[in-house]
Amino acid sequence: MKSGSNLEKVLAAGHFAVTAECGPPRGADPNKVLEKAKHVKGNVDACNVTDNQTSVVRMSSLAGCILVKESGTEPLLQMVVRDRNRIAIQSDLLGAAALGVRNLLCLSGDHQKFGDDPQAKNVFDIDSIQLIHLAKMMRDEGVFPSGDKLEGAPKFYIGCAVNPFADPYEIRVARLKLKVDAGADFVQTQCIYNMDKFKQYMEDAKKQGLHEQVKILAGVTPLKSAGMAKFMNRMVAGIDIPEEVIKRIADEPKEKQAAKGIEMCIEQIQEVKEMEGIAGAHVMAIEWEEKLNEIIGGAGLLPRPAVEQ
Amino acid sequence: MLLKAFENGADGVMVIGCLEGDCHYVNGNIRARARVERVYNILDQIKIGADRVKMYNLSAGEGAKFAAFANEFVDQVIELGPSPINVARKHEVQESAQEVET
Amino acid sequence: MITGTPKPIEEIIEMLEPYDNIIVAGCYGCVTVCRVGGDKEVQVLASTVRLAREAAGKKIKIKEVCLERQCDPEYVELMRPYVEDYQAVLSIACGAGIQFMAEKFSVTPLLPGINTGFLGVTERQGEWAERCQGCGDCVLHLTGGICPVTRCAKSIFHGPCGGSVHGTCEVSKNVTCGWQLIIDRLKSLDQMENYGKLKPYKGWDTSRDGGPRRIIREDMV
Repeated sequence: MKSGSNLEKVLAAGHFAVTAECGPPRGADPNKVLEKAKHVKGNVDACNVTDNQTSVVRMSSLAGCILVKESGTEPLLQMVVRDRNRIAIQSDLLGAAALGVRNLLCLSGDHQKFGDDPQAKNVFDIDSIQLIHLAKMMRDEGVFPSGDKLEGAPKFYIGCAVNPFADPYEIRVARLKLKVDAGADFVQTQCIYNMDKFKQYMEDAKKQGLHEQVKILAGVTPLKSAGMAKFMNRMVAGIDIPEEVIKRIADEPKEKQAAKGIEMCIEQIQEVKEMEGIAGAHVMAIEWEEKLNEIIGGAGLLPRPAVEQ
Repeated sequence: MLLKAFENGADGVMVIGCLEGDCHYVNGNIRARARVERVYNILDQIKIGADRVKMYNLSAGEGAKFAAFANEFVDQVIELGPSPINVARKHEVQESAQEVET
Repeated sequence: MITGTPKPIEEIIEMLEPYDNIIVAGCYGCVTVCRVGGDKEVQVLASTVRLAREAAGKKIKIKEVCLERQCDPEYVELMRPYVEDYQAVLSIACGAGIQFMAEKFSVTPLLPGINTGFLGVTERQGEWAERCQGCGDCVLHLTGGICPVTRCAKSIFHGPCGGSVHGTCEVSKNVTCGWQLIIDRLKSLDQMENYGKLKPYKGWDTSRDGGPRRIIREDMV
């Protein structure tokens, strides 16, 4: 066991894993996290806490993780390299591990121009792949990059994100390989709507044997409405929603679209569950956490397996 | 050059270029227009006023049009009054004249 | 070349408030090439300032000068015979030149007439684009001649990130994804094995992050 986290154990035992995410609030109110955590509990093997997503300032991911942990769910720390240099990164990793966080997702981070502080300094001291490498070195060799020994190595189950729908397509699998070589244990993909493209991506990844070296969790996000689909397609870089998908939800009358979105999400999870090389699902029900139970249950994935802690 | 004209006491400056597409120097008139636009911005920013400069395009044979444009522009400048530079200079002359008298 | 953009005229007029006898100094180097600080720009700026000041009832006298460069002592010294006859120097050279002049003429206020920009190239007449961040540890041989520090908005070393769409950076439709360019170039040079070679963490201490930098050539001192 690399970290002994619940997520790692569930995957090691061969179960189809389920993760979800909680976005912390735009303030210091812990109850906002605890309310979301209530809907997550019992439905997942670990819960991501996002890190100033789209550069919009929110309560820190680490604080969110501790609140999620206190509520009874295993947290998954998302860490972007946009805002911290390598000194702060190492320090935050040690702090998170000390507080019992065992899962880590290494990300670049959206550019600060998208948030409310576009004039902020751009850090990116190391990139997301170097972060994976750093976390692995600290965990497995018990040393700082400088070579000094750690007084207690941080034990993380190390993850990365991939976006099979970004350009150029031909580099996407090569980049996944770089992340795997750097030490990634698991992957969470960007949310999938274009199944054909995702299948192509998985075929290309399998050719390199990457599905056997890393646990791939397919990302899904339930659509609340046709409007949401159109908005995401237009405004969010790296999201690819095919016309047929939008049409399917748009064809429903407005009051039935949310239910249709959930139905489509459940179908997606069932489809990826049958795909070779997919080890789990990452359900990003953003600001719709109350539907997690319905979605994950509807996909036949409840109750979550209990593994020896 | 346009700015110098104002320094030298002009209240307005008319710029004439050939019809667009008809320039003997291919696109000299287009370049000129871009530069005149820049002067408009400067004159507005320093509160002299962009409408004291105007660019007209016509061909060498359009004498009557030229006269009409000239009259129109002169009227425009008369209505704007003397340029702030000339106003300031007049005040200066008046002040020193008063000093001499006293 | 080093590029720059003119400071707004209101800001310059405000800077010049205490003075009525100044030098406007340009430079025949980079700022001439990018049309912001050469002798034509000196003339236009001087006229503009004189007109603005006279219209506000407060004349100003301006000596118009353009130096070969403001970053080498032998050219800056050419101003020494007359610089103290003036109250201030408004320089439209780059920030390096302005500061050098300030060091050389320590009793004369040096005012910046432009906002110095970036190290860039002339993509076409009238359009200049950033190419180099002066990081002090060049890896262009591994990236097909395209700089990941400068051309990638996140200075990623193993790009592109997930926000690259149709060769465009997530920052703006007008910004090309630097890593798309690198990958295209590596492909056309048949050097795709270079992709992913940049593993060691970037050492930013060779850039400004390590402190203000200095180069000493022992063989020339």
